[in-house]
Amino acid sequence: MARTVFHEEFCKGCGLCIEACPKKILAFAEHRLNHKGYQAVDCLRPEECTGCAICARTCPDVVIDVYREAGQAEGS
Amino acid sequence: MEEKLVFSRPEALTDMPTHYCPGCHHGIIHRLVAEVIDELGVRENTVGVASVGCSILAYDYFNVDMVGALHGRAPAVATGVKRGRPDSVVFTYQGDGDLAAIGTAEIIHAAARGENFTVVFVNNAIYGMTGGQMAPTTLDGQRTQTSPAGRDPHLAGHPLRMSELIATLSGPSFVTRTAVNTPARINQTRKAIKKAFELQLAGRGLGFVEVLSTCPTNWGLGAVESGQWVDSHMIPYYPLGVFKED
Repeated sequence: MARTVFHEEFCKGCGLCIEACPKKILAFAEHRLNHKGYQAVDCLRPEECTGCAICARTCPDVVIDVYREAGQAEGS
Repeated sequence: MEEKLVFSRPEALTDMPTHYCPGCHHGIIHRLVAEVIDELGVRENTVGVASVGCSILAYDYFNVDMVGALHGRAPAVATGVKRGRPDSVVFTYQGDGDLAAIGTAEIIHAAARGENFTVVFVNNAIYGMTGGQMAPTTLDGQRTQTSPAGRDPHLAGHPLRMSELIATLSGPSFVTRTAVNTPARINQTRKAIKKAFELQLAGRGLGFVEVLSTCPTNWGLGAVESGQWVDSHMIPYYPLGVFKED
């Protein structure tokens, strides 16, 4: 089990994380904007997240923190 | 459930949101430099030199000592900082409108002298901050504000390949070109930046890391399409790889 935390106020809605996610579980939030007016991003199926952190490494604005269960190998 | 934080903002970046446009690769490259500084444990000992261009505000974003240099003069300033404080870790962070245009003399001679600092050269084939004018790195046929019909090599010559040029000199210890438009390339770029910093720590001379970047706003493309444009247009002219390694 892994978990992502979006520091949404840093987000500029570029969507690179959505494109990069290998599980395709990220999407723009339909009805939520941040204070800059950009569309926020949600993890649609958090239970499928492997904690690979590819979204976080692709994000130009360091929006995403990634947590992984202790002992869990990368991407599993 | 016990969990651990496996990815978060590096200590060598401040908490300030950047002014870069959505999808601009500057943010990724900033983060990679910051991660390397953290990994090497040199944050308290690092001096960065910012260029003029979009990355001029880098001093607000890097949590290290920073100097703002005049346009193109970052390698000259870095030379002074490194020679004056040889124990510090010094890097310049320059765009193509800075390094490959007004600053060509400075980078060539700093490289020829084999100055012992690290150059991070961000090439997005256009002048970003001033509104999308043709740069020396603009591709043949590329439309910009000052080449609305596409760059004409009969008028403007062909774009400069800085890495290849720098690699002909005997001073630099490491010259490479990478990109950050895929996760694998992001990792390769971090390794290249780390290697350049390590060579500096070993006193081996100038490390030059050219990173192909995007300018979604001035290219007139979306963030994802800009990444694809790096593949379709930039890499064919600016091949990735290591051009010099001592």
